[in-house]
Amino acid sequence: MHFPILSVIALTPIIAGMLILLIPSDRKEIVRVIALAAATVDVLLSGFVYFNYNMVVGGYQFVEKYNWLPQLGISYYVGVDGMNAPLVLLTGIVMFTGVLISWGIDDRPREFFAFLFILASGVFGVFVTQDLFMLFFFYEIAVFPMYLLISIWGWIKTREYAAMKLTLYLFIGSVVSLVGALAMYFQSGLNTFDMIRLSQANFSESFQVFWFPFVFFGFAVLGGIFPFHNWSPDGHVAAPTAVSMFHAGVLMKLGAFAALRVGIMLLPLGAQHWRWLILILALVNIVYGAFIAMVQTDFKYVIGFSSVSHMGLVMLGFATLNKEGLTGSGIQMFSHGVMTALFFAVVGMVYDRAHTREINELGGFSKKMPWVAVAFIIGGLVSMGMPGLSGFVAEFPIFMGVWQVRPIIAIIASISIVVTASYIIRIIGKVFFGPISAEFDHHVVDVTVKDKVALTILCVIMITIGVYPSIMSGLVSSGVDRILSLFGGA
Amino acid sequence: MPIQSFEPTMILAILPEILLIVLAGFILVFDAIWKPEVKRNLGWLTAGGLLLVMVISLIFAQPQGNGRLIFGGMVRQDWLSFAFILLFIFAAAITALFAMDMDVVGQKGEFYLLMLISTLGMSLMASATDIIMLYLAIETTSIPMYILAGFMTRDDKSTESGFKYLLFGAAASSIMLYGFSLLYGFSGQTNIYQIALSFYNPQFPKIAIIGSLLLILVGFGFKISAFPFHFWAPDVYEGAPTPIAGFLSTASKAAGFVVVLRVLVAIFTPSATPDWINLLAIVSVLTMTIGNVLALVQKNIKRLLAFSSIAHAGYILIGVVALSQLGLTSVVFYLIAYLITNLAAFGIVMTFSHVVGSDEISAYSGLSRRKPWLGLAMLVAFLSLAGMPPLAGFVAKIFVFAAAVKVGLVWLAFVGVINSIIGLYYYLTVLKYVYLFRSDDESKPLVISRPYSIALTILIFGIILIGTLFGPWFNLSTQIASALF
Repeated sequence: MHFPILSVIALTPIIAGMLILLIPSDRKEIVRVIALAAATVDVLLSGFVYFNYNMVVGGYQFVEKYNWLPQLGISYYVGVDGMNAPLVLLTGIVMFTGVLISWGIDDRPREFFAFLFILASGVFGVFVTQDLFMLFFFYEIAVFPMYLLISIWGWIKTREYAAMKLTLYLFIGSVVSLVGALAMYFQSGLNTFDMIRLSQANFSESFQVFWFPFVFFGFAVLGGIFPFHNWSPDGHVAAPTAVSMFHAGVLMKLGAFAALRVGIMLLPLGAQHWRWLILILALVNIVYGAFIAMVQTDFKYVIGFSSVSHMGLVMLGFATLNKEGLTGSGIQMFSHGVMTALFFAVVGMVYDRAHTREINELGGFSKKMPWVAVAFIIGGLVSMGMPGLSGFVAEFPIFMGVWQVRPIIAIIASISIVVTASYIIRIIGKVFFGPISAEFDHHVVDVTVKDKVALTILCVIMITIGVYPSIMSGLVSSGVDRILSLFGGA
Repeated sequence: MPIQSFEPTMILAILPEILLIVLAGFILVFDAIWKPEVKRNLGWLTAGGLLLVMVISLIFAQPQGNGRLIFGGMVRQDWLSFAFILLFIFAAAITALFAMDMDVVGQKGEFYLLMLISTLGMSLMASATDIIMLYLAIETTSIPMYILAGFMTRDDKSTESGFKYLLFGAAASSIMLYGFSLLYGFSGQTNIYQIALSFYNPQFPKIAIIGSLLLILVGFGFKISAFPFHFWAPDVYEGAPTPIAGFLSTASKAAGFVVVLRVLVAIFTPSATPDWINLLAIVSVLTMTIGNVLALVQKNIKRLLAFSSIAHAGYILIGVVALSQLGLTSVVFYLIAYLITNLAAFGIVMTFSHVVGSDEISAYSGLSRRKPWLGLAMLVAFLSLAGMPPLAGFVAKIFVFAAAVKVGLVWLAFVGVINSIIGLYYYLTVLKYVYLFRSDDESKPLVISRPYSIALTILIFGIILIGTLFGPWFNLSTQIASALF
């Protein structure tokens, strides 16, 4: 019996959240300190898990398994492999930086951190669980607090609408998948929700072909796949900064990951049958998302649609069903998570000081907050897939994988790189350079040290992966081998 | 199933009922000797007494083995009846706590007395296996409820509520009685298991079974407020004293479902009439859809909860339709989860209206700033109703849907899923008032008296407990459901 590290990671936030709720509401400083302490524990432990995963041994490690309801085969069963270990680390990082950036929240910070941490527990739970029932259990825990976080602390103009839209979209998606999951459970006749055993259930091809769309697209709603992406930019924009970071940085990966873990890995024949559809939809995501981002005038909407575009790359990599594509997707999930977290952090910092997000009204912010400008430029280069940064390490294999399947799709998708460059450069030029208006010159001040620390962490991670890719690619591809073995050989 | 001849230990089987009557006697005595200013303590007496009844019953009255038919086949002592009797007593105790600070209601001995008699009727509903006994039990439950719903005689809405409940109830129960008399006429028996035996005869006309089934379903449908016998619920809940509305929507509904399970499984087993599965499926779909859709437009929280409780009856019926071990287990589990959750929801409404004096949803604006704990309790209760983890409602819903998928009723599971999304929408709308909107009353104090905080704490912990450690509850439900076969 070893130390239950994954359970500690998953449960620390929710326990901290409960603890925070017990503190009197006027002791805001204590609330923040507890939040930061919990986030520190989680980022350190998830880092430990990431670097201590033994690639030579492979398979699921740090496994814990307890029977929860043996009659129905429900168990509390967690473990990490090459695919989810980076995502656990990503969640830890976003949680830590998110707490740093939310330090200034003054309206009911107690409830804010409590809900945010309940969400974080749900996210960790989904990433590490190997039990289908528990996956839904954690999935709903991860999705729901979003409603409160956006509707209470969000942007006042759209928060009610956006929060409700987001919640209903995601809830519809998850319950549709749930019916598919129940169908799998009863069809297999194994009386278990254990996903590793369900993946050996040998479902008939007609069964897989019928249920795959329900399961895959039900989860992919949260991954932002076209045409179910509509909730996502609205949600991103309405959410407060830390929640946007969590939302775009981690939650969308949750959808993509669950679609992979449940849809593709449990129903491989279905995935082969429907991959053409995923390829096309993901392509629409990439190109359409990039073009829409280009015409936005609201800083945060640009980033919101760029997330839709980049998540399309993840889905595209999934649909290749080959080693390069899946490895690229695995890295892209991490890389995009860090990058988007950075983007939304920057947007939040600019908005907090300028009180507007209209790109045309902003300008010259690099004079006032140089640190932020540098961070955004690094993030922008990642977004364009510049070599030497994590975006290149992720996107290049995806395009390699897609080329093997359908070269034409790779060619069309690569248009998005140009479009991405155009909107990123436009933002850098308009927001951070150029003349600063007298009004901003007067009252805009530089960001706090905590903000700088958060931005620096995110930038360092992106650069590290860019110059030293094997820190992640080896791990991810070991996870990909396991997925490919389900398709009959690597 | 053989009827056992009398032996003294059988008295223990009706120990909870006997103790309820004893407690009712105590209430009468103390009501006579206590001065009006301390009569509020009757609530403590009732709640404490009921707790004692639960403990004593747990020690002495546990059923042995697979259950037995006793008292000439009038009642059956098994886990189904025993567990639900305890559940009804629990609900009554909580209701007593919620009622004791309510003006007009909480200081009157009659209130507690009637509630105990009604609980006695529910207990007998859960164990009755003879149509005569069943009818008596249902009437023992209903008649005190008619009075309780109209208890606030100076309040027009309460009077209307009591009278409406009486009229609907009397009509439904007379139709049900007619169905019972047909059953007796066709089979010459009053015990439901004996009736079932004679129905297995293939020469028996199917139309007779279906005909009497329909008549009986009117009465049962009224009790569980299923379509098309749900019309009374919103008006009655709105007008009745809030604790009684909560009691009606939980214990009384659960008692109705126990009867549905016992009678339908025994008499109308699918081998006799497969058609009733389809009939019930349609009733289930209409019940949840109408409940949810009408809940969308409500402005009054009690009416909203009334429609939501109609919708929940529809979800529970999914489990009944999926007639299988898992289906019945899921029904029992759902009933336990629903009872605790809905009691909490009505309890919060009671707590709130006691101080604020309004049941309008808009009055809840700013509640989370005004009293964060009450806001949080409301969040937990409403999310459990909406079916969100880690709360009781989530697991309950999944089990019900799983039961439907298992027997191949995937379409019914999808209808349930779509409905739960509609449900989520209006529960969120209420929470929006609690958490999002501001009001001028935010700084006014909102004092929660001790009985409320005790009852709410128990219920909220119960919701979380059932939602996370659902294993033991599921096993209990399995054991209860297996008593039906």
